[in-house]
Amino acid sequence: MRITQGTFSYLPDFSDAEIRAQISYALDRGWPLSVEFTDDPHPRNTYWEMWGLPMFDLHDAAGVLLEVNQCRTAYPDHYIRLNAYDAAKGRQTIALSFIVGRPAYEPGFRLDRQEVADRQVRYTTHPYAADRPAGDRYRAS
Amino acid sequence: MTVSELAEPGKAAGGETVFSLADARKQSGLDEVLAALDHDLVGLAPVKSRISEIAALLLVDSQRAAFGLSTARPNLHMSFTGEPGTGKTTVALRMADLLKRLGYLNRGHLVAVTREDLVGQYVGHTAPKTKEVLKRAMGGVLFIDEAYYLYRAENERDYGQESIEILLQVMENQRDDLVVILAGYKDRMDTFFQANPGMSSRIAHHIDFPGYTLDELDQIGAQMVGQLGYRLAPAAREVFREYLARRREQPRFANARSVRNAVERARLRHASRLVSQPELMLSVDDLIRLEPDDFLASRVFQVPPAQP
Amino acid sequence: MTERWHAGVIPYAEMGYWKPEYEPKDTDVLAAFRVTPQPGVPPEEAGAAVAGESSTATWTVVWTDRLTAYDNYQAKCYSVEPVPGTQDQYIARIAYDIDLFEEGSIANLTSSIIGNVFGFKALRALRLEDMRIPLHYVRTFQGPAHGIVTEREYLNKYGRPLLGATTKPKLGLSARNYGRVVFEALRGGLDFTKDDENINSQPFMRWRDRYLFTMEAVNRAQAETGEIKGHYLNVTAATMEDMYERADFARQLGSVIVMVDLTAGYTAIQSMARWARRNGVMLHLHRAGHATYTRQKSHGVSFRVIAKWMRLAGVDHLHAGTVVGKLEGDPNAIAGYYDTLRLGSTPADPVHGLYFDQDWGSMPGTMPVASGGIHAGQMHQLLHYLGEDVVLQFGGGTIGHPMGIAAGATANRVAVEAMVKARNEGRDIFVEGEQVLKAAARHSRELDVALATWGDVTFSYEPTDTPDAVATPTAL
Repeated sequence: MRITQGTFSYLPDFSDAEIRAQISYALDRGWPLSVEFTDDPHPRNTYWEMWGLPMFDLHDAAGVLLEVNQCRTAYPDHYIRLNAYDAAKGRQTIALSFIVGRPAYEPGFRLDRQEVADRQVRYTTHPYAADRPAGDRYRAS
Repeated sequence: MTVSELAEPGKAAGGETVFSLADARKQSGLDEVLAALDHDLVGLAPVKSRISEIAALLLVDSQRAAFGLSTARPNLHMSFTGEPGTGKTTVALRMADLLKRLGYLNRGHLVAVTREDLVGQYVGHTAPKTKEVLKRAMGGVLFIDEAYYLYRAENERDYGQESIEILLQVMENQRDDLVVILAGYKDRMDTFFQANPGMSSRIAHHIDFPGYTLDELDQIGAQMVGQLGYRLAPAAREVFREYLARRREQPRFANARSVRNAVERARLRHASRLVSQPELMLSVDDLIRLEPDDFLASRVFQVPPAQP
Repeated sequence: MTERWHAGVIPYAEMGYWKPEYEPKDTDVLAAFRVTPQPGVPPEEAGAAVAGESSTATWTVVWTDRLTAYDNYQAKCYSVEPVPGTQDQYIARIAYDIDLFEEGSIANLTSSIIGNVFGFKALRALRLEDMRIPLHYVRTFQGPAHGIVTEREYLNKYGRPLLGATTKPKLGLSARNYGRVVFEALRGGLDFTKDDENINSQPFMRWRDRYLFTMEAVNRAQAETGEIKGHYLNVTAATMEDMYERADFARQLGSVIVMVDLTAGYTAIQSMARWARRNGVMLHLHRAGHATYTRQKSHGVSFRVIAKWMRLAGVDHLHAGTVVGKLEGDPNAIAGYYDTLRLGSTPADPVHGLYFDQDWGSMPGTMPVASGGIHAGQMHQLLHYLGEDVVLQFGGGTIGHPMGIAAGATANRVAVEAMVKARNEGRDIFVEGEQVLKAAARHSRELDVALATWGDVTFSYEPTDTPDAVATPTAL
């Protein structure tokens, strides 16, 4: 399966030039960017690991792309996303967030059901990868 | 690839005119930058002609690239050497603009730093610091003032070395994203390059900024006085020239910067002169006219002039 | 002056309801009415009558007025201007003292402003065009239970319009079949599916069964995509007790959002907004029935006023038009509705039909929803007109896809992502939109088929509700 979180998951994976264009869009609006990675892509895993601090005061996409590529090298079998943040009043949240790296093989999720009374079911979304220890989850074995 | 294949874009073979370099030049806005440079800085003729040469080279190179004649991006890292106050930062600013207009830089901003901004205090501190600066400078020019302080021959474990290595790597691998200009005194820079041949080999253009002549200093001074909304009394004009002649022979002379300081101090004296005579009725001209006394009080005149 | 108190009938204007010299206070509630007086009624008298009938007056002089500081409670019509291009219409602006209204009550606000006056005989027609709610009064309302920013953080979805679809056919599916539509649409790439306004608890599908099957579908789709998904479970019912029961069950099942219809009434909506904030569940509002009073330009209430009331009442989603779809909507008027729902403040702008400056303080925005006859082939126009903070609902445009519901959903998702990407890259999507879609379709058979099926469908009818002012190009 292909995890479709993020702004652009239904398009073919972006080239560096395409990523650069999105970074420039964010920088032109004064949004700092940050790189995050994880090997637990549960839809409610809000806090991926930060690859350094958000990059403030940058002018050009090259600096951000440099970090993306360094993170890809360091964590080849992880999900990596690029976030742009809008600190404007009334906003103060992420403005753009898209996946720029994913493991070669994505096993996806199992849906666990617990039957309770009155025909109700309690659901748990279980990432298959989470059965292995963190850091080891998407290693090609 | 053969020449006839190369001719495709303009459909010309064998030397016909297919495009106008003048048009490309006009489109790039190159001349506006050179004119601004000429306007901003008095003198500096050798520097200006070097900049024009580089601009011409890059313009032709960009046309060659458009016709597929050269693919490698030229190396653009530079060193600017010369005394303080000779316009290195101003020229670097214009250079950043020029490179953006010619399409060699995306943004064309200037990030000016010194050793302090690049080198950390403890283990593991330097790399992130240097990278942070490099990322901020990407798309523009990184101007490192007194770059030789990055290298301390007497201490081989100095963190500066780590910074130099990161710089070298980025200067080599990300030429498209960043131009580095190293600046400082000529003799110290020469020593620095001798000790760091890797750095030396990555610098494409060495530009030396000569000190200003007395005439040029005089002209700079007159411009500054005018820009601040003052004028020199005829007698003060002579005194100011004499001041400059003496000052440039003294230690810690910083060319245009010293001229600015002299004008600023003359303004102070002018103001206290007016305030100390409350009984006088003043004209508007009194408010803008600098007198010989405003300069003569300087300690520059207490030192006997150097013998030629 | 004493004549003011003689028993009998005197004109409203002479009773103090026409005050052209009055300067509205910052704390006043202001209203702009489009007034069409009966022949022979002077426009100032008509404006004064509206002010009178929507505040303190009755048809005759009453001595009990003198027991109050009546001039404080009197609404004041302070300006009447003819509408350009019409024979008999006027815009009357009326100021109401803030003391006339109960804090935080849409029911009270609306009973005052539109309570009696719309049936008044001296007027042939009357329309409430816009209101300025002073910030002092705004602050007495809860406002959106969560708002646009919190919604995006709940859903972990940023930088693009959200996508939804209403389950079709609107009526008659059994709960099991209904859940199938939900599952297919969500796993194909939509963020939300939706109950329609008239899906409540009918013999063919009772509410509890719908909730159970729907949440199975939502959870399955979530596991298949790794994305958070939602279905607007409609909790509209005959009584508030029923609505709370349904909403609580939805919450217990883990639904991120519930829905209520405008027909449930303002008080029910405010109650649900409180419930939604308390329970961390978003509240979607379907504007069922609004066109009975919003559509005609001479009589009724403009939708921009409904939008204002509903943001105050506290809904997180509100249907606000599509510009290009099958339902009524002039682009400028709709821009005014969207700004009203989303922005922190909106300046008066006649071209967008906004009569007053409106300051919302820090009240969060309500996410507008565009729904009705839209499809993937219009994505460039939708993004151009409606922007990024919007839910685009493609019901037929998802479920009617020849390759199936999931394929229809994928086509819409590919189209929206490709369009946002192109816009961010600096392309002029309004002009180049079709090329962008065609290029994206090369990687997506789903989109390719969608464009072939609906590419040419448009709904170009003259809108009936347009602002009176149009932008004229200024000469240079």
